[in-house]
Amino acid sequence: MNTLELTGITMVFNQGGANEVTALDGIDLSVAPGEFISLIGPSGCGKSTLLRLVGDLLSPTSGTAQVNSKTPHQARLDRDYGMVFQSATLLEWRRIAENVELPLEVMGVAKAQREATAREMLELVQLEKFSDHYPWQLSGGMQQRVAIARALSFKPSILLMDEPFGALDEMTRERMQMELLRIWEETNTTIVFVTHSIPEAVFLSTRVVVMSPRPGQISDVIDIDLPQPRVFETREDTRFFELLTKVRESLRKVEGEEPGA
Amino acid sequence: MRNRRVRTVFSFVGILATLVLLWEGYKAMGAATGGTWPFTDVELPIRTNERSMPHVWDIVSTLFSEAQRGRDELLVTVLLKAALFTFRSALIGFTVGSLVGFGLGVLFVRSGLAERGLMPYVVASQTVPVLAIAPILVVWSGRLDLPIWVPVGAISAYLAFYPVAISTLRGLRSPEATSSELMRSYAATPNQVLFKLQIPAAMPYLFPALKVAATASIIGAIVGELPAGIREGLGRAILSFASSFSSAPEKLFASVLVASLLGIVFVALVTLVERLTIPAGNRLDPNELAMAGQGGAA
Repeated sequence: MNTLELTGITMVFNQGGANEVTALDGIDLSVAPGEFISLIGPSGCGKSTLLRLVGDLLSPTSGTAQVNSKTPHQARLDRDYGMVFQSATLLEWRRIAENVELPLEVMGVAKAQREATAREMLELVQLEKFSDHYPWQLSGGMQQRVAIARALSFKPSILLMDEPFGALDEMTRERMQMELLRIWEETNTTIVFVTHSIPEAVFLSTRVVVMSPRPGQISDVIDIDLPQPRVFETREDTRFFELLTKVRESLRKVEGEEPGA
Repeated sequence: MRNRRVRTVFSFVGILATLVLLWEGYKAMGAATGGTWPFTDVELPIRTNERSMPHVWDIVSTLFSEAQRGRDELLVTVLLKAALFTFRSALIGFTVGSLVGFGLGVLFVRSGLAERGLMPYVVASQTVPVLAIAPILVVWSGRLDLPIWVPVGAISAYLAFYPVAISTLRGLRSPEATSSELMRSYAATPNQVLFKLQIPAAMPYLFPALKVAATASIIGAIVGELPAGIREGLGRAILSFASSFSSAPEKLFASVLVASLLGIVFVALVTLVERLTIPAGNRLDPNELAMAGQGGAA
């Protein structure tokens, strides 16, 4: 059973209107449990739209999506998704631990259990010392780690991440990538990851999905056969560079334009 | 922190002193030139004699003289009692008005239909002069045998609800789109979104509106007392001192001072509640921001 099964997904905004836009056209994609899939492509290729369709934040114009053999809507009601966005969107009036507890609170988990889980999750992202701080007291990278802890707190089977490291500096970004891979291995979550960065996609993923714009289509799916677990030296591996080139050329075919890094 | 408080007190006293100096300076200038701008024949816009602009010390000393000949009650006592009476009506108006305003904000954020349908009336309500509404409400509630504080409180609430409704709506809509998407991904109910996301996010917007509502509710109470024929409040005091303005102008200025004092005290009370309600971490202080280093990066 695949975690994710997309068949003929088409998304048209303002259908019939003067500014009608076909954001996605005939998307087919299967994702197996425990995969790490990156969606990469130039701006306007619909990768964020695709992520939101999977997460039932949007509904497709046509085509079917199956998440754990359910509709995305049912999967959302069953709390199968954890979401992480480019901005951490922590609630500023809540302490760090309280932010991590938010989804559990919504789901009616008892207080003692919530606190224990929050502690465990903050340990996972190595921020247990900051549980009583407020979000503004943390750096951007730390806030994003809290957002990841929050998304994992209710043990969703799929993590949907929309350029989660896009606002971080390069060094923080590489540290966060290592951390995310460690968490992925520890939790066995399936991850769908939207990014602009070719090295990020190659380093993290088991497969990279290259998308082309206007209308958004899948132009290529590249298997990343780098050995697991990925380590710091993976980035210096010859195979890593070969795969970078492969993704880059695939993207160039898409539009003759480099994606914004 | 302590340093800043001292500076606040200094600036308050400094501005007060400046205002007194300007007032007395203007009077002195008028006295010296015979009522014209210096070196011209152009008359000053406001006459500087004692009947138009009494001396500041006359205004203050009239506060501490007997209110009426033959009665040993001081004017300040009379005015403070009146202010306390008016404050009670204003407090009713403020409470009712704020609750109604907050309720409307919640209703509007929940239902676009309610917002589109009701918002024009909410806006229109504030363009109708309260002077016209006040006697209508007094007559109606007299017909219904309601106690007299009901129409006065209602008039006060009528002015107070508007800023609260507008700011509550603005505040409830203030969370980022991604925060709402997060709540949606948790399959949160509309009530959970309201209580866990929207209302906490609205608090910083709510308190400035409550300060506006506090002063508006006092105006409403004062205006409402007049057609209601209430003798104990500031409205009556101001009206009777206004009618004897030409003979005893300092008394009207004295009652204006007390009315302003009432407004300042009311707003200070709201500020105190704000400090107690919003956690320190959510009230950003420049010093704390600097300490947090790159905390504002995200």
